[in-house]
Amino acid sequence: MNCSSLAEFIKETDKNVLNLQKCKTSGQKVIGLYCIYAPIEIPLAAKAIPVSLCGTKNDSIPKAETVLPRTVCPLIKSSFGFALLDSCPYLAASDLVVAETTCDGKKKMYELLGNYKPVFLMQLPQIQNEAAKDYVKKEFQRLIARIEADFGVKIGDQDLREAIKLANSLRQALKEVLDLAKRKPSPLTGMEILNISFRTSFMPDYNHSIELLKNISKELSELTPDPTLSKRPRILLTGVPTGMGSHKVVELLETCGASVVCLDNCSVYKKVLLEVEEDGDLLDHLAKRYLDMHCAIMSPNPNRYAVLKTLIQEFSVDAVVDLTWQGCQTYEIESYSLKNWVHDTLKLPFLQIITDFSSSDTEQIKVRIEAFLEMLA
Amino acid sequence: MLVAGIDVGSVAAKAVVLEVETLKVVGSAILPTGWEVKTQGQTVLKKALAKAGGLSPHLVFATGYGRVSLEADKTITEITCHAKGAYHLFPHTGIVLDIGGQDSKVISLNKDGSIQDFAMNDKCAAGTGRFLEMLLQILNFSFAELNEAITQGIPVEITSQCAVFAETEIVSLLAKGANPCDVAAGVIRSIVNRVRALTSRVSLHDECTFTGGLAQSLGLAKLISEVLGHKVNVPAYPQTVGALGAALLAAEAVCS
Repeated sequence: MNCSSLAEFIKETDKNVLNLQKCKTSGQKVIGLYCIYAPIEIPLAAKAIPVSLCGTKNDSIPKAETVLPRTVCPLIKSSFGFALLDSCPYLAASDLVVAETTCDGKKKMYELLGNYKPVFLMQLPQIQNEAAKDYVKKEFQRLIARIEADFGVKIGDQDLREAIKLANSLRQALKEVLDLAKRKPSPLTGMEILNISFRTSFMPDYNHSIELLKNISKELSELTPDPTLSKRPRILLTGVPTGMGSHKVVELLETCGASVVCLDNCSVYKKVLLEVEEDGDLLDHLAKRYLDMHCAIMSPNPNRYAVLKTLIQEFSVDAVVDLTWQGCQTYEIESYSLKNWVHDTLKLPFLQIITDFSSSDTEQIKVRIEAFLEMLA
Repeated sequence: MLVAGIDVGSVAAKAVVLEVETLKVVGSAILPTGWEVKTQGQTVLKKALAKAGGLSPHLVFATGYGRVSLEADKTITEITCHAKGAYHLFPHTGIVLDIGGQDSKVISLNKDGSIQDFAMNDKCAAGTGRFLEMLLQILNFSFAELNEAITQGIPVEITSQCAVFAETEIVSLLAKGANPCDVAAGVIRSIVNRVRALTSRVSLHDECTFTGGLAQSLGLAKLISEVLGHKVNVPAYPQTVGALGAALLAAEAVCS
């Protein structure tokens, strides 16, 4: 599919590492984030560059397995492997790393990560209520204090307000691109959706990002779609984070003839789902917005069901695929309830895929996906 | 008019030829797969067609892990084909259990025969034909002798989860003087435990149809029925159910 603004976006984001280095040379600080529960607004308010560090590559895993148990999820191993190998430019560039106490594996890995990088460990509650929100707000204040101390800056209310506006604008611009897939057929493949969202998380210049994304939205909304794509069953992929490198299931679904129209994971749609209010008690708004995101580490996790119901309807989804990384207990256990709910309440087909970052089980996953798609025909 | 279904699995290649008008099986064949998947696929199809009178099939559909190597009009997964074949033979079937050479699968069906859900074990040899093959080699039993042994033996517990370690355990049990029939019964029980674990992943129904090579063991089928607590149908030719399903789908395609 010929989309010149998408080609432009790829070309520009190919320069992400280079541009990040230029920013560093000119004195800007880089703050690495492992999880979308970490607010990008706080680094932005400090005039620092937030970058995503969540591991998506299989290459760094063998090294990580010399320290971490093999049974830990591939995402954690990949992330830690980069620290051991010093092979991730974004991790290398990070002046401070923000980590969250999400799942057990991550918590213990971050203890070890502290030997390689300065780590700010944010305590994240595993419930979404008022008391938890107040706690998160205090943690955000603690993060601000740490950044102010480490970088010799002051983060004022105005800085925070501007940062919120900028982050909201980026989320809005990315959401507009992702929402194009609501069309029938979608003008974007699932791999394109994943790639766009992935590359956006490493862009130092948010305003440039917003411009490139808006161009993509404009061009694709005017494009006449390929009518043969309408035959493809529309899949919503939910579950664990994916990225370029850990995109195996997205790619296989599309090779087997499906169209992945929505990715309900923290690599894609969860990032853009919620906005931050721009007036009033800003830290309170930030805490609320970030805590509201659904992840299987939350117990209970009611927002996942509410969000999925809406997304399934808005994206005209034919079937749900739930991806679980091997070793991820929270998502794996939640899949049981989710399956029953999707079957009983939404009356839609559901397939859980449990895998890792390697390509050794490609044929086995393929036969399951093919059988699933044959069920839909 | 004829159609054909080919099922190339890890152990055996199977072909079934159907008469479209009557859906009668007019030819079938089974050959070891070996490593020349494409050639064996062609050979087993020729053999089945020869039995059917040598006419050319209107459509050939292929299934099994070797399906992509074959020249067929369409490839369909063995999950869909086993469900189709089993439902055709036993229209009240709610679950299809297929134990093949290297994998096992359980498929739950809706009342109309469409697939509701499925679960597969294709990462572990325990609970598959490979495990049984290994046992037959150690005991030097034929399949018929095995069936006899299962009914007579008092099952000895095989504690190893892994087929490779289980092999060592079996040899050691025999060396200590354990009755081969008891060991055989123990292995079968171990396979059935795996089956039970697999079936618990889909919702259970009243009637189960057992397909694949291992269904030739009536002792195994009977034990599965006891453990699952309901009726287990065994087709007359359980190994060819997948190929039958592929042929039935080919027949449907001709008529549509």
